[in-house]
Amino acid sequence: MAEIRNYTVNFGPQHPAAHGVLRLILEMDGETVVRADPHIGLLHRATEKLAESKPFNQSIGYMDRLDYVSMMCNEHAYVMAIEKLMGIEPPVRAQYIRVMFAEVTRVLNHLMWLGAHALDIGAMTVFLYAFREREALMDCYEAVSGARMHATYFRPGGVYRDLPDSMPKYQVSKFSNQKKVDELNANRQGSLLDFLWDFTESFPDRIDEYETLLTDNRIWKQRTVNVGVVSPDRALQLGFSGPMLRGSGIAWDLRKKQPYEVYDQMDFDIPIGKSGDCYDRYLVRIEEMRQSNKIIRQCIEWLRDNPGSVMLDNHKVTPPNRETMKHDMEALIHHFKLFTEGYCVPEGEVYSAVEHPKGEFGIYLVSDGANKPYRLKIRAPGFAHLAAMDEMVKGHMLADVVAIIGTQDIVFGEIDR
Amino acid sequence: MANLSVNSLIEKLGQVFGDSLNRCEQDFGEVTIEINKDDLLTVATQLRDHDDLKFEQLMDVTVVDYSTYGQDEWSTDEASSAGFSRGRENLDPLDARKAWSRERFAVVYHLQSIIYNQRLRVKCFVKENRPTIDSVLNVWNSANWFEREAFDLFGILFVGHPDLRRILTDYGFIGHPFRKDFPLIGNVELRYDAKQKRCVYEPVSIEPRVLVPRVIRAEKEEIVYVGSADKVDGSAKSGQKGKAS
Repeated sequence: MAEIRNYTVNFGPQHPAAHGVLRLILEMDGETVVRADPHIGLLHRATEKLAESKPFNQSIGYMDRLDYVSMMCNEHAYVMAIEKLMGIEPPVRAQYIRVMFAEVTRVLNHLMWLGAHALDIGAMTVFLYAFREREALMDCYEAVSGARMHATYFRPGGVYRDLPDSMPKYQVSKFSNQKKVDELNANRQGSLLDFLWDFTESFPDRIDEYETLLTDNRIWKQRTVNVGVVSPDRALQLGFSGPMLRGSGIAWDLRKKQPYEVYDQMDFDIPIGKSGDCYDRYLVRIEEMRQSNKIIRQCIEWLRDNPGSVMLDNHKVTPPNRETMKHDMEALIHHFKLFTEGYCVPEGEVYSAVEHPKGEFGIYLVSDGANKPYRLKIRAPGFAHLAAMDEMVKGHMLADVVAIIGTQDIVFGEIDR
Repeated sequence: MANLSVNSLIEKLGQVFGDSLNRCEQDFGEVTIEINKDDLLTVATQLRDHDDLKFEQLMDVTVVDYSTYGQDEWSTDEASSAGFSRGRENLDPLDARKAWSRERFAVVYHLQSIIYNQRLRVKCFVKENRPTIDSVLNVWNSANWFEREAFDLFGILFVGHPDLRRILTDYGFIGHPFRKDFPLIGNVELRYDAKQKRCVYEPVSIEPRVLVPRVIRAEKEEIVYVGSADKVDGSAKSGQKGKAS
């Protein structure tokens, strides 16, 4: 009789379903996975070490590039850590703007996740639909910060600037005539808030659209139900957070349990799963998008009624405006100091965590009183999730590995840092 | 409300661990305890299982290398007439006031209790010449990769870890890059050699450079705000603080 041996499959690092540069060594018994050994670090850029060599503000841009599909949420944790150490609190309007954009980011992230996850396990249309909605939200990013992705919009002491009164508009080109352009610009006549409000009006219907494609889809259920089941106990042991934890039935959300900014003013619910499989985590994330939509609407309503400052007036931390600089010597000095040396942060250590779309994103910041962080540690949710890969895929088929990578919402920017 | 629960947490920690706590303090609403590394496993198990603590989640394990803590690259005490000479080429080894006098590394654990909605930071100091500490992998399974990362980047050896391999750095990497004495630009660079038709490692060709010197400004009193009333208030406060200390 021939000898039967396990064999090893090298999955990635260049594999479209690996969501980036994941190299997965799979030990297979036939088509069943016996052991999975993820090799990570192919995107390691030593963000934490780089941050040690730069003034605090110059690292905000690096935060965008960690989890590059939920940019502002990364900034949020970092900026909050600095503010905690310095003992400053941004104006309320800035807090509402931050919460609004944190939720916009959550929708962006979940749309990306939904599209990619569905594409990986055989549903192409959702991907195209999801990107249609992402486009509108990317435009919001662009309108407010000038960049579609890497915004660097949150700053210690507030946000970089107030929401714009007008949206950028499409122009006639050889690809779109006047009629088409008018159609595209129809919801861009007002301010950013009007545009976003218009988006939130239609977005729940769009989510219904995704759901008609997936939720009762037989193939979708065959690929996700009872795949990658994690019990609540194991989820806690493995350091899970966010939808991965809620999918296992634990009602835990930092926005509710340890509210930061103005989340305690918001009315929203925390969806939780029952069985802890890929399908439940899918349902949880879909419902989170609806809840985010609700939060965005509450923020828009508040922001419309309450104009005001979005940045602290403390020029030790925040730059003075350009006009003042032209005639005020003090302002000029502050500006110069801030952009050359930066500000010194009092000695101490803090851990600040936000409910990132993927889970708990934490920043552990140690300062020795200098203008640069002494040590910055980024607690990436995906790192803990991917560490559980071996346990989650054991005993599953090779094709389920793809479903599990998808359900973990892996992004290598944050895992490799 | 939050303060109350933090205080009760400190009280409970005191009751449960007593003398094995080297330090227990609250800062920014966060509780930090410091323990001897030999006590780590017993303390960790109790933190997880004790009915009043129940820290069932380990969120993060990390290391802080304290070897250059509190050292700056720019003298802020002297007047600016000295001009650019205020920049220091090398850190002054004789400046005893600034040298870190304790163990070089601190292994930091961030715990979370879902039941009591509490967070806790546990710190263990580890010596430079024998950087070993027990692995908490069997207490919290999430420690697996976090400890691998700490080993990779700082060279801390976790005793009892079944699979202590490098995780983030390249295959065959030498050194522990997040230690403070590891240069930011690294030691080797990689390029493709067309003649040999393979990638080759060479010593780095770029020069290390500092764009913004590290500055520690001890007191805030020199910063005088002009403008609105609350700013004047702020400077008065920091002025008082300066006098008191």
